[in-house]
Amino acid sequence: MANTKSAVPFSGTKIQEEQLRQVIQDYKGQPGALMPVLQKAQEIYGYLPIEVQEIISLEMDIPLEEIYGVVTFYSQFNLNPKGKNRISVCLGTACYVKGSGDIFERLSEKLGIKSGGCTPDGKFSLDACRCIGACGLAPVITINDEVYGRLTVDDIDMILQKYGA
Amino acid sequence: METVAIKINGMPLSVPKGITILEAARSAGIEIPTLCYLKDANEIGACRICVVEVKGARTLVASCVYPVAEGMEVITNSRRVREARKTTLELILSTHKKDCLSCVRGGECELQTLCKTLNVEDQERFTGENPVYEIDRSAPHMFRDNNKCILCRRCAAACGRWQGIGVLGPNQRGFDTHIGCAFEQNLGEVACVSCGQCIVVCPTGALGEKDQTGLVWDALHDPSKHVLVQTAPSIRATLGEAFGMPIGTNVEGKMVAALRRLGFEKVFDTDLAADMTIVEEAHEFVERVKNGGVLPMITSCSPGWVKYCEHYFPEMIPNLSTCKSPQQMFGATAKTWYAQKMGWDPKDIFMVSVMPCTAKKFEVGRPNENAAGVPDVDVSITTRELARMIQHAGLLFDQLPDEKFDDPMGESTGAGVIFGATGGVMEAALRTAAEWVGGKPLEKLEFDEVRGTQGIKEASYQIGDLTIRVAVVSGLANAKEILRRVKSGEASYHFIEVMGCPGGCVNGGGQPVQTASVRNFTDLKGLRAKALYEDDAGKPLRKSHENPSLLKIYEEFFGEFGSHKAHEVLHTSYVKRPRF
Repeated sequence: MANTKSAVPFSGTKIQEEQLRQVIQDYKGQPGALMPVLQKAQEIYGYLPIEVQEIISLEMDIPLEEIYGVVTFYSQFNLNPKGKNRISVCLGTACYVKGSGDIFERLSEKLGIKSGGCTPDGKFSLDACRCIGACGLAPVITINDEVYGRLTVDDIDMILQKYGA
Repeated sequence: METVAIKINGMPLSVPKGITILEAARSAGIEIPTLCYLKDANEIGACRICVVEVKGARTLVASCVYPVAEGMEVITNSRRVREARKTTLELILSTHKKDCLSCVRGGECELQTLCKTLNVEDQERFTGENPVYEIDRSAPHMFRDNNKCILCRRCAAACGRWQGIGVLGPNQRGFDTHIGCAFEQNLGEVACVSCGQCIVVCPTGALGEKDQTGLVWDALHDPSKHVLVQTAPSIRATLGEAFGMPIGTNVEGKMVAALRRLGFEKVFDTDLAADMTIVEEAHEFVERVKNGGVLPMITSCSPGWVKYCEHYFPEMIPNLSTCKSPQQMFGATAKTWYAQKMGWDPKDIFMVSVMPCTAKKFEVGRPNENAAGVPDVDVSITTRELARMIQHAGLLFDQLPDEKFDDPMGESTGAGVIFGATGGVMEAALRTAAEWVGGKPLEKLEFDEVRGTQGIKEASYQIGDLTIRVAVVSGLANAKEILRRVKSGEASYHFIEVMGCPGGCVNGGGQPVQTASVRNFTDLKGLRAKALYEDDAGKPLRKSHENPSLLKIYEEFFGEFGSHKAHEVLHTSYVKRPRF
């Protein structure tokens, strides 16, 4: 299995690190402290890259693997940042039967990332999502706040071009 | 002791309050099958193989974690229980790669044994999700094959709880759950110390040492090589288990006979190098005390511990003794002094070591462990690998005669023998240091305070006009704790012995596999250690500095203990390694 370190270079700031260390101080020693620390850390950084998990591991004396195990257990935690352009592909029932699975595959192939991933330049992130209530337009994707409906696989290249891909 | 009255299968019993149903049943002669349960480490009730019926309970309960209570009525073998266990096992089998015929664990696999015990008739009754995992061979000492993993988490518990390391654990959830390292890195990329405790607790063939018996056979079949073998102190106390002998049987004589029949030109004893370690280490210790060197001095025999220190406590590297481990001292001496004596080119010597340890496979490749310009030791195999070689060669182990090690590198003392158990290095060092400093023979050679299988032991001894405070720890979680105490100033010692594996080398990661049911209900470490202490007690020579072969080697080659030459050949250096 390929490693899951984010391909996006880490750009955490000194201020973010100070905030994280403060959070850890606040929770240190409390039973079950890891979950709230991870939640706050994700609020601070937007995601939980190895650089952040290493700080938590050292400061809380919890093995990195244990932290990673918790992060990958809960789908709310992200290992990758959200891109400048956040793409969500609806894999709800209606979209799925209309072929959104193929659209997802095409995006994944084109961008070289999986669900939850972000391109190394930080431009695009890709997520699979559940029904967004636009079944009449199935299959649907959203990019940032823009909705694209009644898509076919062949539409993807042109849409991505609009966002500078 | 407070007791409760319970009934198991209708049989009235009085058992201690607070124990589990599993333990109570065991004391009544009933074995409840288990799979994930590992006493004091993995008590999570996850696999559901140990379920029993408790009268009044809505569902079956996991007996490994369910405490007994007054008036409890338990049934361990009803139809409902037996069927539930069998179905659970069949579901586990549905995602297990069943290449049992060529699996290294075949015949010793707990999953395989359970199939027989629980009467599984169709191993394919259920078909599961079977993602194909790549086998991880990145670490120098072992492989990981998740296709055979049943997610019992015993490896994660051994690594995290016993060793305080935790580089292995469950990632993802549901069908995607698998055992792995952080960020799905390979084991060779993370701060694993190669101790192998995960291997000996794995119930299946998902984890195993890197088999290097092929390299040994190749060398044995190569007429241009002088193939020498050394065996660590603890091998004689454990090898017999691989041939069905009781735990704690000393098989030194048969082991030597077997090695000779495998074709080794000389069968030597690492114990000699253990004695050398003692004189070098005792000398180093006395120097440090006299000259205000870094204290506490910490032993460096255990390569798992040394690697741990380098990854997790690099600031303590100056505290490590610079002595090579006995394995490496032996190889270095064989390829310098012995080569010279025999008129051999060190390049023509192929040095094999039989070790209780998987970290020794890592150690042979360390830099600065090549006194003669070639690696001190060429291949290090575990007790398990030696057992397999003996089987391949068709040697009926129990029928072998008892033979003696070859001279001169087969001569050892009782002090060298006890190196295989926690406290042994300390006791051996104390025997020598006390005589050197005290100037007269010791009346009593046993240092009882440092014996026993507890994880942390402390003692003080009056040696000359100095009170020496010592600590003995085994298991790296205990090492972490003792270093915390030292660093915080809570405790101070002159000398600390650390062995990476709980109980020391007798319980090393390269030792014969014993099932969890044996581990949970037998004092494995104690029984194996007992064989070494009995061996020591029966030896005419019990002090390292009185080993005649050792004295001869120093006279002919090294000169004084701790000499310049000895430093060149027998000492080493360490490096800081990354934590992540």
